[in-house]
Amino acid sequence: MKLLEYQGKQLFENYNIPVPKGIVIEDENDIAGLHFPCILKAQVPVGGRGKAGGIKSAESIEDAKEKISELLDMNIKGFPVRKVLVEEKVDVKKELYLSVSLDRSRRTPILMISNEGGVDIESVADELIFKELVNPLIGIQQFHIRRIISKLKLDKENEKEVAGVISKIYKLFRDYDCELVEINPLIISSKGGVVALDSKVIINDDALYRHSDIVSENEELTPLEKEAKEKGIAFIQLDGNIGVIANGAGLTMATLDALIYYNGHAGVFLDLGGTDDPEKVKQAFELMKKAKPRVILLNLFGGITKCDTVARGVKAVISKEGIDCPVIARIKGMNEDIAKNILKDAGLITAESLQDAAKISCDMAGD
Amino acid sequence: MSIFVDEKTKVVVQGATGHQGRFHIGEMLSFGTKVVAGVTPNKAGEEVHNIPVFDNTMDAVSETDANTSLILVPAKFAKDAVFEALDAGVKTVVVITEHIPFHDAMEFVHYAKYKDAVLIGPNCPGIASPGKTKVGILPGSIFLEGDVGVASRSGTLTYEIVNSLSEKGIGQSTCVGLGGDPIIGMTFIDALDAFEKDKKTRAVVLVGEIGGTAEEDAAEYIAGHIKKPVFGFIAGRVAPPGKRMGHAGAIITRGKGTANSKIKAFEEAGVKLAFFPNEIAELIKKYS
Repeated sequence: MKLLEYQGKQLFENYNIPVPKGIVIEDENDIAGLHFPCILKAQVPVGGRGKAGGIKSAESIEDAKEKISELLDMNIKGFPVRKVLVEEKVDVKKELYLSVSLDRSRRTPILMISNEGGVDIESVADELIFKELVNPLIGIQQFHIRRIISKLKLDKENEKEVAGVISKIYKLFRDYDCELVEINPLIISSKGGVVALDSKVIINDDALYRHSDIVSENEELTPLEKEAKEKGIAFIQLDGNIGVIANGAGLTMATLDALIYYNGHAGVFLDLGGTDDPEKVKQAFELMKKAKPRVILLNLFGGITKCDTVARGVKAVISKEGIDCPVIARIKGMNEDIAKNILKDAGLITAESLQDAAKISCDMAGD
Repeated sequence: MSIFVDEKTKVVVQGATGHQGRFHIGEMLSFGTKVVAGVTPNKAGEEVHNIPVFDNTMDAVSETDANTSLILVPAKFAKDAVFEALDAGVKTVVVITEHIPFHDAMEFVHYAKYKDAVLIGPNCPGIASPGKTKVGILPGSIFLEGDVGVASRSGTLTYEIVNSLSEKGIGQSTCVGLGGDPIIGMTFIDALDAFEKDKKTRAVVLVGEIGGTAEEDAAEYIAGHIKKPVFGFIAGRVAPPGKRMGHAGAIITRGKGTANSKIKAFEEAGVKLAFFPNEIAELIKKYS
């Protein structure tokens, strides 16, 4: 789950990482106690908001009121702005980049730091980003910090402060099951201290159950994706017009890929997982229908999951509620013959191979 | 021969008395696996398919000499169960459980290394050596004994590929599911290394997908160390960046982990790639 900037900064404050003084505003008429000049930042869970006009500065109450109202009317990359973070302006002497994330290959947290802060880190040359891996069994030690910080060539006072922030964000990363804790920029102010001007914190969804203090304000999902998530179904809406239902993430992806061979495009990725529970199959089909694909392609491999059980679930939904688009089914594995007969009986088109099924789906979905 | 598991594998199942535990103990027994013990706290003295159940893994190992643990416990309790297995001295741990927080996985993967144990998963279907044993939830019916090694990040897609190999008469030496999570124990490199040394294996199939750099790492290793022919499949060619495609680990982040990057790395390392899952069998017949 991606936290909004202000939520990340609240966590930073809990860990004694300095952040600018600020307040969160949801209504432009509710702005008592601001100090000027100040910075107004739209709270959305996407990058590039500065370029999209989501960050402004204000010199007076009237100015702030007008600009906050503008921000609250904005929609940035599909995300409506519901909150604005208003912060005091900080004079910047130097901008650093600092993050802790996951090195999947080494299976460890990785610290990254750079003198090239304040810009998109992907645009920074690799040799300008310094990295340190931390074995999670020993955790962060002074030698890690000494080693990485010496590369920045800061003066002693700043070095000490940045070192403090490094050990604090590592602790935050581990305590809150984070995928990413990023401060970009971490600035050295003209008065001397370090301040986290921005925050990007992503928490591992699988660990949210142990962080009940974190409230989701993330609106990244479409309404149907949200509904699917609540029902525990892996469901993603895409740009095409073919709805793909398969069992297993890899097989569902492979089915999506098969479509491009015949110039077709998936509109829905729906992974049934290891289930043959008729109720789950029913829910999955109902969701798929709501997404209004032109064609549905069902690709099943029955191993432990029995093909005929899934087929019975599919038939039950279709014969009870009807379906207004063609359904092409490719069924393989345990009890496939019984399953094919059940599905033919329900009016589905059955195909022998994934290639055939993909080709028929693309032909029928084409204009 | 086979890799990591064989006739000497004696399995303790942690999470033995639940629905999944009972079902898969039965499936493993009919495949020929030596399941010797089950573990469920407070259930000592019970039996599942005539296999004794113990309160803890230490007791199970000392009573039965189990050397391999299969973890079927819910995600919240998985870290505890893996640590328990490693401390009880088993040398191979197979973690089936999905949705384990990856910080937990990070810890037990490193602890397994410290204990010099092999850890497979999490979020994987397990490992099978046809004719010998299987430790996990892979369907027994798809396998044929033979000489092709399979390592995969996926479950059902692997069954699909293995099934099509078996239908065409291409048997398998060992098939290992590495898991769909961002943090996993055994990697493609570990599997490749074992398959290269295994006299019975003559070719290797790697089934990869978007997310991370496991395939790129494997490609580099293949170029330097692997002489046996390697065949590959990559899922997720059309996956949009930033979307988690069903597996926790199947996500393109910050431009990293795309199918294109993996395909390119595999091709440069001489891996023969299939576009459709059922083409792997034809490629193997043609090139090995």
